[in-house]
Amino acid sequence: MVRYFKKIMHFLLLFSRQGRLRLQKWFTPTPEREKKKIIRDMTAMVLARKPKTCNFLHWMDLKVVYKRYASLFFCLAIDDQENELLALEILHRYVELLDKYFGNVCELDIIFNFEKAYFILDEFLIGGEVQETSKQTVARCIEASDMLQEVKHTHTLAHMLIL
Amino acid sequence: MSPSVRLQEMIRVIRSARTQGEERGVIQRECAAIRAQFRQADNGGRSHNLAKLLYVHMLGYPAHFGQMECVRLIASPRYNEKRVGYLGAMMLLDENQDASLLITNSIKNDLAHSSQYVQSLALCTLACMGSAEMCRDLAPEIDRLLRASSSYIKKKATLCAVHIVRKVPELGELFTPAARALLAEKNHGVLHGAVILITELCERNAQTLVQFREAVPELVHIMRGLVTSGYSPEHTVAGISDPFLQVRILRLLRILGRNNDTASDAMNDLLAQVATNTDSSKTAGSAVLYETVLTVMDIKSESGLRVLAVNILGRFLLNNDRNIRYISMTSLQKIVSTDHNAVQRHRGTIVDCLKDQDASVKRRALELSLALVSAINIRSMMKELLLFLSTCPPELKSHAASGIFNAAERYSPSQRWHIDTILHVLITAGADVRDETVPNLIQLITNASQLHCYTVHKLYRALVADISQQPLVQVACWCIGEYGDSLLQGDCEETEPIQVTEDDILDALETVLQSHMSSPATRGFALTATMKLSTRITENVDRIRSIVSIYGSCMDVELQQRAVEYNALFKKYDHMRAAVLEKMPVMDRSSMGQTNGESGGGGVQELEPTKPKQPEMMVAPQPASQVCDLLDLLSDPEEPSLPGGPLGPGGAPLGPAGLMSGSAGGDLLYLLGGLELTPTPTPATAPAAVTVYDKSGVVLKLSCERPLDASQTITLTATNTSDHDVSSLTLQAAVPKNVQLQMKAPSGDSLPARSSAVVTQTVLLNNPNKVSLKMRVRLSYTSQGSPFQDTVQIDSFPTPGL
Repeated sequence: MVRYFKKIMHFLLLFSRQGRLRLQKWFTPTPEREKKKIIRDMTAMVLARKPKTCNFLHWMDLKVVYKRYASLFFCLAIDDQENELLALEILHRYVELLDKYFGNVCELDIIFNFEKAYFILDEFLIGGEVQETSKQTVARCIEASDMLQEVKHTHTLAHMLIL
Repeated sequence: MSPSVRLQEMIRVIRSARTQGEERGVIQRECAAIRAQFRQADNGGRSHNLAKLLYVHMLGYPAHFGQMECVRLIASPRYNEKRVGYLGAMMLLDENQDASLLITNSIKNDLAHSSQYVQSLALCTLACMGSAEMCRDLAPEIDRLLRASSSYIKKKATLCAVHIVRKVPELGELFTPAARALLAEKNHGVLHGAVILITELCERNAQTLVQFREAVPELVHIMRGLVTSGYSPEHTVAGISDPFLQVRILRLLRILGRNNDTASDAMNDLLAQVATNTDSSKTAGSAVLYETVLTVMDIKSESGLRVLAVNILGRFLLNNDRNIRYISMTSLQKIVSTDHNAVQRHRGTIVDCLKDQDASVKRRALELSLALVSAINIRSMMKELLLFLSTCPPELKSHAASGIFNAAERYSPSQRWHIDTILHVLITAGADVRDETVPNLIQLITNASQLHCYTVHKLYRALVADISQQPLVQVACWCIGEYGDSLLQGDCEETEPIQVTEDDILDALETVLQSHMSSPATRGFALTATMKLSTRITENVDRIRSIVSIYGSCMDVELQQRAVEYNALFKKYDHMRAAVLEKMPVMDRSSMGQTNGESGGGGVQELEPTKPKQPEMMVAPQPASQVCDLLDLLSDPEEPSLPGGPLGPGGAPLGPAGLMSGSAGGDLLYLLGGLELTPTPTPATAPAAVTVYDKSGVVLKLSCERPLDASQTITLTATNTSDHDVSSLTLQAAVPKNVQLQMKAPSGDSLPARSSAVVTQTVLLNNPNKVSLKMRVRLSYTSQGSPFQDTVQIDSFPTPGL
């Protein structure tokens, strides 16, 4: 796999227990075919893990941190030098954000509102890094963006909800 | 009907498809509809169509036809369309797609948009998939946003700058001043981004690193504030104040403190404070502590702090959370070489982790345990390791076995212990050991001569119990073959006595030979061992003879060959059998591991690796022994050839070469070619050779052995540098009156191409009257089927020694 430059996070995948992909975020440019292969490999590896094992895997030159929340597996690939425990916290924070937004989030929410899941993710991470460490701030921004969608013209909102 | 229901409706329909084929059908229809919609003018539903396409894309279907639609939507004035457009761009476009360049302008415009949410979209997309070109283009804009905008935008702009620096490192200089200023920010999001940006800048540029070392006190201050601050609803996670920011600051401090005493001193107290005050009951706290430990170990910290760090790792080992146990071991692994003693204190806990349920934890524990083995703890550690070996998961067996071997080799307290350990491994994990274990063990056994009796007894017992582990069986067969006589004696001081008859031994070996579990190599071992026993046992030699002859028609070629040769040893060379099969000498380490390409055909060949040394060992001390004859076939081809090689052509004995007598005119051409039968040593190189003739690739050199006085010996050396062989070479020489000439037999008459061999001929000259010495030499040879002839006159002779 070609690595263009060192990055903290390389990709984030969400998939069900049957291996169906629910969300994919790639932090390095990767060809389509390779993405598909990685998804296959990841799903196979993570789904094969026994219950009482730790949440860290080695794959190629990356560390893969995964955690299961209800019926979804959250899978984050980080650089070999990175702090795995913090990666677990990052996954947990994302789940909390989804939960706050959807209210007791479940897999169906993410299936039917996948674009919202992405919007939330994009308020939490940018370019493979955490952009906002406050849960409340992220939640407020999402709300504000949502309200914007309802309005027809953007130029009236320039002064709206500036944080 | 709310627009997004259409998207959700499609999702529902797709999900209700019962087969893959049905799903594909639905999707094809939808994609066709979407494509049609894309071609239409703006109809208010564009964002939903793209969203549908993005869903389909996530299921794995092609969506490249949506790329241009993304570009169009991004340029739309409507926020909801922009939002989906940018999302599509991040999903479908990357820097390798041509279409990605088309959005550069839109991004540029949106970066300056009056709505910060639009700016946010542009920043996010740029940081996600911005190519180097786009980055160069938009860097000034980003720098502007870094300095003057809301915190909301600043934090995103900072991470955008991080992306730019990763793509185009030279632009780091542009952002350095702004990055420095950002450290004064109070907003955690901005501060977090600033720390990441500074980290990136320092990692790429050494000067920037030096510059930012001055910021260490400021960073320490921020960190201290975080550690000592109370609960904050915005940032506290499990009792830790903003663990994300803390970890990033610790990482930056690590980079700044590395290899620098001043910086390391400045952060020493802070690190101690974090290490002691952070509550590690939850993952957040452990993450911070973990990062602290990594930082302490990497900078130039005081020894007290280092011990504190290692103790934290030791505490982690006892944590209930297996993730924390796992990372503790990976960290200990990294420092075990540098802080060996500190890690040794936690050896007990580490060894306990060998029994953990988790395979990854087990693997880490194994590596760490192997690293902690030392001369002092070898016995107790080995007990644990051997116990582990018998219960460990199969993927770790091979690694464990080789680790145990290495440890045993370095630290074994006694030879017997060493042999016992290796035997134990072979019995427990024989199938997983590496190939070189067998010769290594054999070499070890031969070296422990006082333990031969003990070893062979133990191996015999193991063999009788189980013949499935090939390496064990191979070693056992070898030992029985070699030391079978000890086995028959029955009593051995170190093990309980056991009565073994010759039949028992042969039964065991035959079982191995016949078993389907034995590999071909193992059967080879067994056959050779059987053969060797023919000189060590007395009564059942006939039985051995019959076994050997049976295998003479075995399907396995190697076994068949061996059997046939052993048969020959019985029949034709019985007088040599004892010598051939006598006990092997002690092998030294250097001879192991050599593989001999030529297997010759000697029946003495036991193990491939030992063969090169064996003939030499036998040949050198007993050059005249019978064994030598058999082994001469395998001797080193580089041995110097016997003096006197093949005689030249036309070896009809003549009297001493006729002397020149008389004269015929002034012409000196009296040709003589004297040939003598007595072989004389033909030196390969002569002193001070002078090239006297060089034509068509044939080169003739001349050298003198004694100073130019009354009599001297001249050597003519002919070489063929052309690409064609030269044959039937003859040299004829003529000398002036009163000089006597005698030509000895040449070493040969053919010159292979490309100087691969030479022909030499000695010429004896006697010049009693000390006339001026000249010589004319005529060469005749055949090359490429045609005869050649040439003459050269030599007027001056080289003086030897010059």
